[in-house]
Amino acid sequence: MVCESWRAKLDTYLDGEVPDEEMRTFDAHVRNCPSCSADALTRVQMKRAIQVAGKRYTPSAEFRKRMQQKIAAKPQRSLAWGWMFTATAAAVIVVGTLTSVYVGTRSGRNQAFSEIADLHVAMLASSSPVDVISTDRHTVKPWFQGKIPFAFNLPELQNTGFSLLGGRMTYLDQTPGAHLIYDVGKHHISVFVFQERSLPARLDKDPVSPNQLTFNIETWTQGGLRYFVIGDASAANIDSLAKLFKAAS
Amino acid sequence: MPHFERLYNFACWLTHDREEAEDLVQETYAKALKGFASFRPGTNFRAWIYKILRNAFLSSRTGLKQTAMVPLDLEDEEEILPAVEETPESILLRRSDGERVQLALEQLPLAYREILLLCEVEEMSYREISDALAIPMGTVMSRLSRARKTLGEGLRLQLQKG
Repeated sequence: MVCESWRAKLDTYLDGEVPDEEMRTFDAHVRNCPSCSADALTRVQMKRAIQVAGKRYTPSAEFRKRMQQKIAAKPQRSLAWGWMFTATAAAVIVVGTLTSVYVGTRSGRNQAFSEIADLHVAMLASSSPVDVISTDRHTVKPWFQGKIPFAFNLPELQNTGFSLLGGRMTYLDQTPGAHLIYDVGKHHISVFVFQERSLPARLDKDPVSPNQLTFNIETWTQGGLRYFVIGDASAANIDSLAKLFKAAS
Repeated sequence: MPHFERLYNFACWLTHDREEAEDLVQETYAKALKGFASFRPGTNFRAWIYKILRNAFLSSRTGLKQTAMVPLDLEDEEEILPAVEETPESILLRRSDGERVQLALEQLPLAYREILLLCEVEEMSYREISDALAIPMGTVMSRLSRARKTLGEGLRLQLQKG
C-alpha cells in the first residue's frame, strides 16, 4: 500500500517525535490523505482514551499532609533542590496548600525569577491554563486590550515548530501582565510580558544562571517592556522563541 | 513536592494497591532527598525522580513478582509495527467506556503499562522515557508500539466477551 510507510511512523508522528522537517511533510500528507487522516484520528482517540483512563488515582488529603510534614522536617540539601520544592509548591497551591519553608531564604533576585518559574508551573498545573484559547495571534493579542495597560506584538510562527495555545492575565509583584503559552514538541513554554517601569529594580540585574533553574529562561527589555521566556524545552528552543519575539517587537 | 500527584498515580498503576503506592512514593522522596547529589543539573529532573520510583518498585516484592511473570519477546527487533491494524478501532473505541480502557491498561504486562502511562499520561518525550526506564530510544519506540497493539487487542477481547 502507498501509505504503509507513513502508517508505520504514524505513532511517532503523533507523539511529536519526528524531526521538524519530516513533521511538516507528514502534516501535509496526513491533511491530504483520507486514509492516513482517519487512521491518525483513531490513534489520537486512543491516546486521549488512555490519557483520561490513566489519570485515575489521587492521593488522599491525609497522605499529602503526612508527606508534607515529612519533607518539611528534612533539612534543605541544596539550593537547587530547595528551588524545585518551591516551584512545585506553586502547583500544590492549586489544590490548596503551600509549603513556604524555602521562600524566605532566597535572595531577592532569585526570588523574582523563581516567581516567574512559579507562574509557569502554576499554569502547567492548572486545569484551565489559558483564558483565551486560540492558535491565532490576531485573536490572542486583541483579547488583552483593556486588560493590561500596554500593547505588544506576537510573532508569526509559520514553519517555526512553535504553536500558540493561548493566553491569560498574570501578575508579578501586583503588576498586571500578559502570559502567553506556546508549544514546541511536547513542551509548554510561557512568555511573560510586563511594563518594565512597573517591575522591581532587581529585575534589571543579570538573569539567574540557567544552571540554578530546572527550566531554561531568557529575559530582556525592549520598547519599555520586559519579556521572560521560560520552559523545560531546550535552551535553543527558548532562544529561538525569544528571537521571534524580539523580531516582532 | 515535585510531581507528587502524578508520582502517586503512577505508583498506584504499578502496584495496584493504594497503601503500597503510598509507601512507594514516600520511599521515592526519601531516596531523592538523600541522593540529590547524584542528580546532574541540566538533566531531566522528572525522568530522574520517576526512575527512582520505578527502581524502588522493581526491588519491592510486588515489583519482583510482576517482572518475574513478564517475558517480553522480540522486544529489541528493529522493525516497528504499526499499532493499528485494518480493524476499525474507531468503532471499538466508541463502544469502549473509560472503565474498559482502565481494565485493559490494568491487564497489560508491567513493561507495556508503564511505558504507555509515561507517554500518554505523563506526556514524556521518548528521551525522557528512555532515561526513566533506562532503555535505548529504539526500545522505547518498539515497546510503545507493541504496548499500543496489545492494549488494542485487550479492548477487542473485552468487547467480544461483551
